Amino acid sequence: MAELIQFQLVSPERMLVDERVSEVQIPAREGYIGVLPGHAPLLSELMDGGVLSYKAGSDERTLAVYGGFVEVQPGRVRVLADAAEFGSEIDTEKAKARLAAALRADGDDSGALLAEVARAQAALDAGGKR
Amino acid sequence: MPSLIDFRRRIRSVKNTQQITKAMKMVSAAKLRRAQERVIAARPYAQTMREMLANLTAAASSDDRAETSPWLAARESKRVDLIFLTSDTGLAGAFNSNLLKAAQKFAEEHAGKEITLTLVGRKGRDFFRKRNGKILSEHINVLNKPTYQDAAGIAKDVIRRYRDGETDGVYIINNDFKSVMSANLSVAQILPLQQSAASVESSSSDYIYEQSPLDMLEQLIPRLVEVSVFRAMLETVAAYQAARMTAMETASSNAKDVIETLTLHMNRVRQAAITKEIIEVVSGAAAAE
Repeated sequence: MAELIQFQLVSPERMLVDERVSEVQIPAREGYIGVLPGHAPLLSELMDGGVLSYKAGSDERTLAVYGGFVEVQPGRVRVLADAAEFGSEIDTEKAKARLAAALRADGDDSGALLAEVARAQAALDAGGKR
Repeated sequence: MPSLIDFRRRIRSVKNTQQITKAMKMVSAAKLRRAQERVIAARPYAQTMREMLANLTAAASSDDRAETSPWLAARESKRVDLIFLTSDTGLAGAFNSNLLKAAQKFAEEHAGKEITLTLVGRKGRDFFRKRNGKILSEHINVLNKPTYQDAAGIAKDVIRRYRDGETDGVYIINNDFKSVMSANLSVAQILPLQQSAASVESSSSDYIYEQSPLDMLEQLIPRLVEVSVFRAMLETVAAYQAARMTAMETASSNAKDVIETLTLHMNRVRQAAITKEIIEVVSGAAAAE
């Protein structure tokens, strides 16, 4: 049996994932990070919107994560998400509408507008996947 | 002397009240269970955040820019922001009056400083409106089903004010849920960061930091305020439902006592009426002989 990592994903409202996994793909701010057992300790922010996936046994699951932080420690990965949802729970039609609305939206705060586009895109990318 | 029918009416009225208080108690018990679950569900996030914050604070303190960062720089406390959480509705015993007392005590302790209020819940708002408190914002009807977005919205102005140096400290007063019988009054300093939290772990130097610790800390601290507000909201809801449940329980048992006393009186009146009738019949019969 290969070594496993304890993976926890928490949002302010609840804990979404608490499992032993063999691999996690994390949407960190500077780009995606793949975490395997034995990864060096790391702290990073997350993208405003990104797709996170992890493998537990033969099972692979996907979530849309909307900003937050990740902390990697020996044998443990913790993601502190501002908000997150499982791909299987995302309504793809709604996500499409959200992306369209985000692309049309107008405002002064370009950072916030871009973040919303990223979030909608992430929802769409993760949507429908398990 | 009230007549029999008066007693019957009053007993019926008290019984109705009792039924309402009993129903309210049941509703609160159900709401309390849900509120408690949410408090527990929100704990892992707060815990994880505290640990990350401790690591980052330790790492960021070696950064030269730390002293000029609005989040970390030491400052004289002249103006403070108070986030004050009460319930929207009453019928919960001393729940709100204890909070109001605590807020007044807080004001006395911080006399000479300028206190700006962020009020969550109708009771606290009504109280400070009457007393001309300096109110930054009011949030009513958010406690029915608090979401993180609500908390972020409430915290937003306070976060901006602290960053821009318009205020020197952020405090939260609320009731924490402890048990069904008692709420725990909590007066918490959120900002400036308490140094004790920073010295917990020392393994932080081993981390790879994708961004500089200070930058990350500056991202994390506003979230700390939001999370603190969110937690306070959830705790307030749970504590309020618990207090209300207890108050309604007391009201129901009071109603039971009242009904017992009234029934006793009613029976006495009835007995007296019967006795009187018998006397009339007997004395009538005796006169006829």
